[in-house]
Amino acid sequence: MKKGALVRTLASAVVLAAFSGTVYSQQEVKIGLLATLEGPFAAGGADGMRGAELAIKQRNGMAGGRKIVLIKASSDAKPDVAVNATRKLVEQDKVDIMVGPLSGGEGIAVKEYSKTQPNITFINGSSGAQATTLVNPSTNFFRFNTEGAQWMVGLGKAALDKGYKRVMVIAEDYAFPYSQVQGFMSEFCRIGGKVPLKAWVPLGGKDYSSVIARIPKDIDALLVVLGGADAVNFLNQYEAAGGDKPMIGGSITVSQDVLNYKGKRRDSLVGTISAGPHADAYDAPEWKAFVADYQKNYPVSSGAYPTPSLFALVYYINMKAALDGLDAVKGDLSGGQAKYRDTLAKMTLKTPVGDVKLDANRQAIGTAFITEVVKDAQGGLHNKVLRKVDGVDQMLGMKKEDFKVGSRDEPNCP
Amino acid sequence: MNAGAGRLAMGKQGQTTFSASSGEASEKRGLSLFPPVRVATEPWQNPVRAHHLLVLVFLIAFPIFATPFLTYQIGAQSLAFGLIALSLTFLGGYGGMISLAQMTVAGIAGYMLAIFGMSGEAALSLGWSWWIAVPIAILIAVIAGTGIGWLSVRTEGIYTIMITLAIGVAFYSLCLQNYSVFNGFQGFQRVYAPTVLGINFREQTPFYYLVLACAFGGYFLVKYILRAPFGVALQGIRDNPRRMNALGFHVIAHRVAAYAVAAFIAAVGGVLLVWYNGLITPNSVGTSWVINILIIAVLGGMRHPIGPFIGAVVFVLLQTFAIDLFDRERFNLVIGSVFLAIVLFSPDGLLGLWAAWKRKFLKPRGGIK
Repeated sequence: MKKGALVRTLASAVVLAAFSGTVYSQQEVKIGLLATLEGPFAAGGADGMRGAELAIKQRNGMAGGRKIVLIKASSDAKPDVAVNATRKLVEQDKVDIMVGPLSGGEGIAVKEYSKTQPNITFINGSSGAQATTLVNPSTNFFRFNTEGAQWMVGLGKAALDKGYKRVMVIAEDYAFPYSQVQGFMSEFCRIGGKVPLKAWVPLGGKDYSSVIARIPKDIDALLVVLGGADAVNFLNQYEAAGGDKPMIGGSITVSQDVLNYKGKRRDSLVGTISAGPHADAYDAPEWKAFVADYQKNYPVSSGAYPTPSLFALVYYINMKAALDGLDAVKGDLSGGQAKYRDTLAKMTLKTPVGDVKLDANRQAIGTAFITEVVKDAQGGLHNKVLRKVDGVDQMLGMKKEDFKVGSRDEPNCP
Repeated sequence: MNAGAGRLAMGKQGQTTFSASSGEASEKRGLSLFPPVRVATEPWQNPVRAHHLLVLVFLIAFPIFATPFLTYQIGAQSLAFGLIALSLTFLGGYGGMISLAQMTVAGIAGYMLAIFGMSGEAALSLGWSWWIAVPIAILIAVIAGTGIGWLSVRTEGIYTIMITLAIGVAFYSLCLQNYSVFNGFQGFQRVYAPTVLGINFREQTPFYYLVLACAFGGYFLVKYILRAPFGVALQGIRDNPRRMNALGFHVIAHRVAAYAVAAFIAAVGGVLLVWYNGLITPNSVGTSWVINILIIAVLGGMRHPIGPFIGAVVFVLLQTFAIDLFDRERFNLVIGSVFLAIVLFSPDGLLGLWAAWKRKFLKPRGGIK
């Protein structure tokens, strides 16, 4: 009797398994979401999660006729931790689609892991290392956000327009600033600018005196690619040393920290140009609607930012891509998600900062914004959009065979 | 000569005392020589017991009933961390030296494997086969670990912790800022376990058995050493270095040798950990991991070489599943509270809890002390 029951259970399990392919489309879709909720980017990771959740909220938790179940995981910006968290989501929680991670090194590691899970679709969170999609790309890893080098396209021309012909680079010594500097220099050098000196400072270094002492007299401006608080540190010390060169900012340099700078050189910040994947002052209706939606769902009292951060925007874009793709295939993830991935690779994604398409390595081709610091009537400093550059691809306008991933010495035009 | 003779005598004493198989005279002598020494040899006198076999069968059969995820992420990862923490337990629990540089030694082995072996950074890696890269990596790590030991044995207690922490942080900064050898912030990606005799150790189950074999190796190596004259002398040095010195033992030489043994165990763990992660970056040897190894060792308990493995299992389980139990933004609170509770209620870690429980319920009068 007992044996019979066992056989029946087994048989029904087999039947269930056989039918699950058809039943599946009525079921929920599990999406794994990985961001850093610990470590140095904890605040950014939390905002990234807000952005991703906003994309799901906007369609009431449904996509392609199926309910979306979100399973979250956290890392601390370390690649090994990110892979462990991703492995748990994919192998233990059995998610269908994976969104994340947040930072560059994590992105490369998760991309490598994605190769071992060919039936799952991985979509980037906000990681922006160039190598993720350029070196050993993975066929099931998609990135709908542009990366550090693409963000800086257009800034080289803007600098030359301002009359900066010779620029010294001061940047932190790791992959993200390398890409940022490359994005600036590849254009700047091509149209005649010169970079006689590059100073790479350790991440989190507080003392810039040795760098300041090396700044040559005959340069026109400084390209400063430091994180917000470090940039203020640098400005203070540069001011104390009597420096007077204008500044060009990286994408994360001219943050609110810098705009709130109270030093004597505050006024000299007016006219500082920088570039990035978004701009608070962008006045397109899609962007304004996104900001309003963010503010409505996440009031400042709940711990959110007054306006969505870069992380919120980029996680929003990637999650929206995942959901738009599900809509396009009507929730059909059968056949190892082949149809879904095909759709993702070909679709044009509408984002708050313009349309995004993917290249052959499944990397976004998108928009970069050039901004300039202006002073308003009350004396406050703001970033104003100078212009935007559409259709920026990962090759930065170069031919594939000429392109090299940015490093300390690449590109070079002394 | 003197020291050698002393050591020999000591070994004999140790054996006679604890195997309790020799005559009265020698037993008396043994007792008079080191009466209060808390040498952790009680369990070895016992023959193989039922629960030993149970654990063995469980560990070997684990991949059969567990999912590949549990086998790899919980099983293999815990054993690899356990192996590194075992080196600290050996040093700390039996040598009385708390070294925070054990993760650094493991990291040196990992980096050397990436540099001499194959990785995604073709320009920096020499691309040698695993059978030559692995021994070189372990050898360099053992030399480095011995050097660290030689530097820090001159200090005691908190100063040993400080000096080894400083070495750990220095190595982290070196990896972070050096691009010509250590490849800076990015480190090395795609450092994979090899395929040997047709077995692909990148696969989850073979890798688990590889780590399990190494963990057994490390565990029994430590058990063996603790019974050997060297280990007994080491425990004597832990309890009273001045008396051991007076007896003719070279205290510093014993301590440095202990560092070398610990470095070997940590290096094997480091190689396995790099294969497990498939990468090594400065973060893998950063301060948080340096401290995590100490947490694992303390959590499990330093009284017995099984402690670090138990600690590692608890640590990895918490790291993996705490986020499911609790609010995602506060889950570190769970991890912290569990650690705090264990250390608060049992200074000897989980092993101490177990011993206390046994004292209370199993053998009301059985004296573990």
